Amino acid sequence: MELRVNSIDKTFSGFHALDNVSLDIRSGELIALLGPSGSGKTTLLRLIAGLDFPTGGAIHFGDEDASKKSVQERNVGFVFQHYALFRHMNVLDNIGFGLKVRPAATRPPKSEIRRRALELLDLVQLSGLEKRFPNQLSGGQRQRVALARALAIEPKVLLLDEPFGALDAQVRRDLRRWLREIHDRTGHTTVFVTHDQEEALELADRVVVMSSGRIEQVGSADDIYDTPNSPFVYGFIGESSRLPVRVEDGQVWLEDRTIGLDAQNAPAGPAELYFRPHDIDVLEGCGGCIAGTVTATRRVEARRRIELAVGGPGHRVEIELPADSAVAEGTRIAFRPRAWKLFPAH
Amino acid sequence: MADSLALQGSFAATPETPFRDPTGESPVAKWVLISIAVAFLALVLFMPLVAVFAEALRRGWQVALASIVEPDALASIKLTLLVAAIAVPANLVFGVAAAWAIAKFEFKGKAFLITLIDLPFSVSPVIAGLVYVLLFNAQSYFGPLLNSYGLQILFAVPGVVLATIFVTFPFIARELIPLMQDQGTGDEEAAISLGASGWQAFRLVTLPNIKWGLLYGVLLCNARAMGEFGAVSVVSGRLRGETVTMPLQVEILYNEYHFVAAFAVASLLAVLALVTLVLKAVLERVYGRGDGLRGH
Repeated sequence: MELRVNSIDKTFSGFHALDNVSLDIRSGELIALLGPSGSGKTTLLRLIAGLDFPTGGAIHFGDEDASKKSVQERNVGFVFQHYALFRHMNVLDNIGFGLKVRPAATRPPKSEIRRRALELLDLVQLSGLEKRFPNQLSGGQRQRVALARALAIEPKVLLLDEPFGALDAQVRRDLRRWLREIHDRTGHTTVFVTHDQEEALELADRVVVMSSGRIEQVGSADDIYDTPNSPFVYGFIGESSRLPVRVEDGQVWLEDRTIGLDAQNAPAGPAELYFRPHDIDVLEGCGGCIAGTVTATRRVEARRRIELAVGGPGHRVEIELPADSAVAEGTRIAFRPRAWKLFPAH
Repeated sequence: MADSLALQGSFAATPETPFRDPTGESPVAKWVLISIAVAFLALVLFMPLVAVFAEALRRGWQVALASIVEPDALASIKLTLLVAAIAVPANLVFGVAAAWAIAKFEFKGKAFLITLIDLPFSVSPVIAGLVYVLLFNAQSYFGPLLNSYGLQILFAVPGVVLATIFVTFPFIARELIPLMQDQGTGDEEAAISLGASGWQAFRLVTLPNIKWGLLYGVLLCNARAMGEFGAVSVVSGRLRGETVTMPLQVEILYNEYHFVAAFAVASLLAVLALVTLVLKAVLERVYGRGDGLRGH
């Protein structure tokens, strides 16, 4: 099922939660809505589900305008952040709930509901736990039951709100892989909300980066990581270094010297240079480079991160070198970013 | 190291010096507190209760029984049960609706509605009764109007029922509001996202989640409905055998120096209250897996 979000606005008593958001989701795609809290990602998910109505704009499911439809009519599978399992029902009844509440004309017989629920329980690898109550399950198991319950109604789209938010790191990683498998097997168009960039980049076909009620960038993990299109995406996804510079004569200047970066298309004046700390070349001699004095080094996982004081007062940048590079504090290092981007200074 | 461990072990095993819960009070403080509570309860709750039964049975149980099956007393018992049977279901519906509205929706005037629900708690029952007298007396607007349709409110059973509903209104709503606010709207959202109608979500999800709070509210409401004196006293007009409930009957008998009869009816009222409490305990034991049950 294709999903089209058309210039959606949402205000909550004066607060602009979503501001003219448009998004096309292809059938069968796995999409991550990624952003800090307050960015509007959960609001967007709830609008797609029909748990809230937009202030303006429209949402299409395929060719149908779903904007005016109720949650029940939209037939979406929604997995809640805290699972929202019905605590007085056992696992099997939880999963069968969506089928049991159907009107008599479309409701499958009891035995069929049971069979389907058991089948889904098998799909989420929890066979044998059908008699358990939610409070007798671990967090990861509850999450699986919640997913099975959402899948039971054969939803047009599957929506997950921070699906792994409340789980510990190891369980998160396992469930992530498992969700990808389930998605590939069932082929549902799936949208999930997360504030965890690793989760979004690893799991999703495309990532939608949001901030302050707007979409900052939509793209694959490669697009988002390698060519961020705004200072926000640079800062929010992965590590980035920022340096105040100046554009003049088609060249990037740091203080009173050029740093060997060609900026023919950038407008002249003050600007901010963004680059990835690991995506640099260390240079021996320096004619057109960024040079600085090492002020601190830290070991970060497989790399060594080095803080440099460059040029003017308080200008610090971080670069990453292989872990085995021996760099003492106070030594001078010259480098040039390989991939970089300029944004107007604010 | 091994020595000190062994020492600790033997130290802990000595009964005279058990390790105390570091955040707990000393045994002395604990026993003083418990004794105060028990002494107080014995003095103000248990002794009067015993006195009621003792007084009722002073001249033997036959006399006590005879004063209960006497026609006026019997009528008062019937009326009390009838009033409770109407007031409790009415407040069940109103209470659930009010709690639902307050806990699950955002709307203007919510704080005002909560205050309004508390009104019967803060207003003296006598005033509640007087309000109905003002509304439905012969000089009022509603009184003659309803009278022309042959409907007598004041000094009749409908007035007694209305006054009781007013006084017992907050019990169920007040019990449910914090419970439902605590539970939030997540479960209901899950239910409707799975295709359940609003009514199905209420019946299959909300109601099971609040059943213990609801039961507790119903029992409290029932106890108060049967025991209400002030408001009912004002609106009833005390027509013997017609608008006299058990608490009123007790007072009438007492004022007429029929002490044994008064205490016999009073004991029956006390027994009804005790049955209510026992019922609650039994229900909790039979159905209570502890889910959704608040600590009362």
